Amino acid sequence: MPEPMPPEPLLSGGGRVPEDGAIAATGMGGAMDLATAEGETLERAPAGPDGTGPTDRPRSLWSDAWRDLRRNPVFILSGLVILFLVFVSLWPSVIASGSPLKCDLAKAQEGSQQGAPFGYDGQGCNVYTRTVYGARTSVTVGVLATLGVALFGSVLGGLAGFFGGVWDSVLSRITDIFFAIPVVLGGLVLLSVVTSNTVWPVIGFMVLLGWPQISRIARGSVITAKQNDYVQAARALGASNSRMLLRHIAPNAVAPVIVVATIALGTYIALEATLSYLGVGLKPPTVSWGIDISAASPYIRNAPHALLWPSGALALTVLAFIMLGDAVRDALDPKLR
Amino acid sequence: MSDNLTLPTQQGSTDTPSPEPLLKVEGLTKHFPIHGGFPIKRKVGAVQAVDGVDLTVGVGESVGLVGESGCGKSTTGRLITRLLEPTAGRITYSGQDITHASRRRLAPVRSEIQMIFQDPYSSLNPRQTVGTIIKSPMEINGIEPTGGRETRVRELLELVGLSPEHYNRFPHEFSGGQRQRIGVARALALQPKLIVADEPVSALDVSIQAQVVNLLQKVQRELGIAFLFIAHDLAVVRHFSQRVAVMYLGKIVEVGDRESIYNGPRHPYTHALLSAVPEVEIEGETPARERIRLYGDVPSPINPPSGCRFRTRCWKAQDKCATEEPPLVQLSGNRPGHLTACHFPEDPTTERRDEDVILDPALRALESDAEGGPAGKK
Repeated sequence: MPEPMPPEPLLSGGGRVPEDGAIAATGMGGAMDLATAEGETLERAPAGPDGTGPTDRPRSLWSDAWRDLRRNPVFILSGLVILFLVFVSLWPSVIASGSPLKCDLAKAQEGSQQGAPFGYDGQGCNVYTRTVYGARTSVTVGVLATLGVALFGSVLGGLAGFFGGVWDSVLSRITDIFFAIPVVLGGLVLLSVVTSNTVWPVIGFMVLLGWPQISRIARGSVITAKQNDYVQAARALGASNSRMLLRHIAPNAVAPVIVVATIALGTYIALEATLSYLGVGLKPPTVSWGIDISAASPYIRNAPHALLWPSGALALTVLAFIMLGDAVRDALDPKLR
Repeated sequence: MSDNLTLPTQQGSTDTPSPEPLLKVEGLTKHFPIHGGFPIKRKVGAVQAVDGVDLTVGVGESVGLVGESGCGKSTTGRLITRLLEPTAGRITYSGQDITHASRRRLAPVRSEIQMIFQDPYSSLNPRQTVGTIIKSPMEINGIEPTGGRETRVRELLELVGLSPEHYNRFPHEFSGGQRQRIGVARALALQPKLIVADEPVSALDVSIQAQVVNLLQKVQRELGIAFLFIAHDLAVVRHFSQRVAVMYLGKIVEVGDRESIYNGPRHPYTHALLSAVPEVEIEGETPARERIRLYGDVPSPINPPSGCRFRTRCWKAQDKCATEEPPLVQLSGNRPGHLTACHFPEDPTTERRDEDVILDPALRALESDAEGGPAGKK
């Protein structure tokens, strides 16, 4: 342990009162060399909010965010709902027996009964089974569309924000054009010409219309991060563009993208249902809440349960993802810290 | 203590001034273009942030650069570290022209010129640990010190007065002063020969300022690193710098060694700056100092005044000042190296004048009222 250097009679304001009491209170000050070159005592880094005091364990902003999230009831609630949804979409047969495509017209519009807690719809299909199986389509479409949008949008927007110039201007005008396209109208026009029965055209359409939103967010947060002195410091050290982007800018610019993408996930699920309801999204025999809502709406007076259950499931799913996005934003926004 | 320092004392420190300066800046100019117009944007003007700055920094020398906010001090610093591309002029670093050098050609020089930033909160990446931050200069430049990078980082942490155990901490766990020490450690990691310190203490608490300045001074003396110390605090610069350059609106108006600038300033602007420094005066013991109160703001660098740029706020301005730009020369009676750009220089003293210079008409009326009143003396 180095000896403190003799105090140099330098600037007048140098004499600070050593906070010995505060150091002892942190519980480990005695073992550490706190003497600076000027023979003064440095203030300790503040102890963690949980009062455990400083440790050698790295505490990143991500781990701080995770600790915040774990204590947030909104996050726990929405997380449980989403976990349940994911489980159901992976293994629907665990909680629903029978095929969602097995329908019996004789049971059409019948109410709740043994084996069919949600009753039967206009075609005599089991509403409970169809609702359970519909989760898979919704979650798949939502997750894949969000991934595609986030990847495509953040790469394009991030590069535009970092390099600026002509590339940035062109991209900004393109996003303006995409923002001008009404989503539902665009879907009606574009998807009505598609004949494929898979989920891919719907996902592709969502990525096509969704990326400008993420691209703008990514561009803005990259421009903010780029102006920080630590990026300039890296540049002064001779760091390459890719190093600055990957090591310094991306980790500091990704939080808003994650937040917006999480909230958007819910809206993509709703959009899939909207498009399916309008007849341009997924098509039977794919099981989807949107298709079921569409099919049940003419019989709302006779068999409201066939409409209410898939609608309820849809609303709950969308709500869960939006709540998750809110909780993530609260945890990641450094301004609220 | 010193046996913990592994940074070797570099050749040619202050006692042997080499004829060739470490850094030579000639006619350095930076104009930021202003774009406007519709529908096609074009250049409609330029902010003349730095306009023809000449400056030298010797090996191991500490040069202070002072001036008001917005006079182009920081831009000058960032031009020298090549964070900005100069519009015109020449930057020579140990005989090598680096004015427009590419990243590849600049690489060997980058490790020798380092920068300390003003804001210790924005200059450290919040997502990286202290160890990663200080290690990154070595990673980028592919330097593998004996004993490994981590050992070296711990040595550097100790050198700047932090505990080596802070290696795995994140910047947000530190106070402003500690963060600035981390910034200093990062700048020292490559054993630079020149550090451009851009207002390194002005964002810090006054009590912490002294710690950081003393740390920088220790580094400068023990390791023989040359400093370009940018600041607006004249007291700090006086404490730290051997030579001082005074900037006004993108130009250097006066430069000289510390004693000449602080005790025998010639440029009216330097007089005004020095008279604004608060100092404890004991009546009868300390000689009363002059008082100069400027009026108005620094003119816009988009359209700077013709001739001498200070003339719009100068009490000695005459017609000549508007037409002819004063050259930066050694005035008669000045020590060698003390250069002043003024047509009508002041006397080389900071003592009290017969009458205070008060340029604000309202303030002058107020002051003369007070002096004429019953309580007024002198």
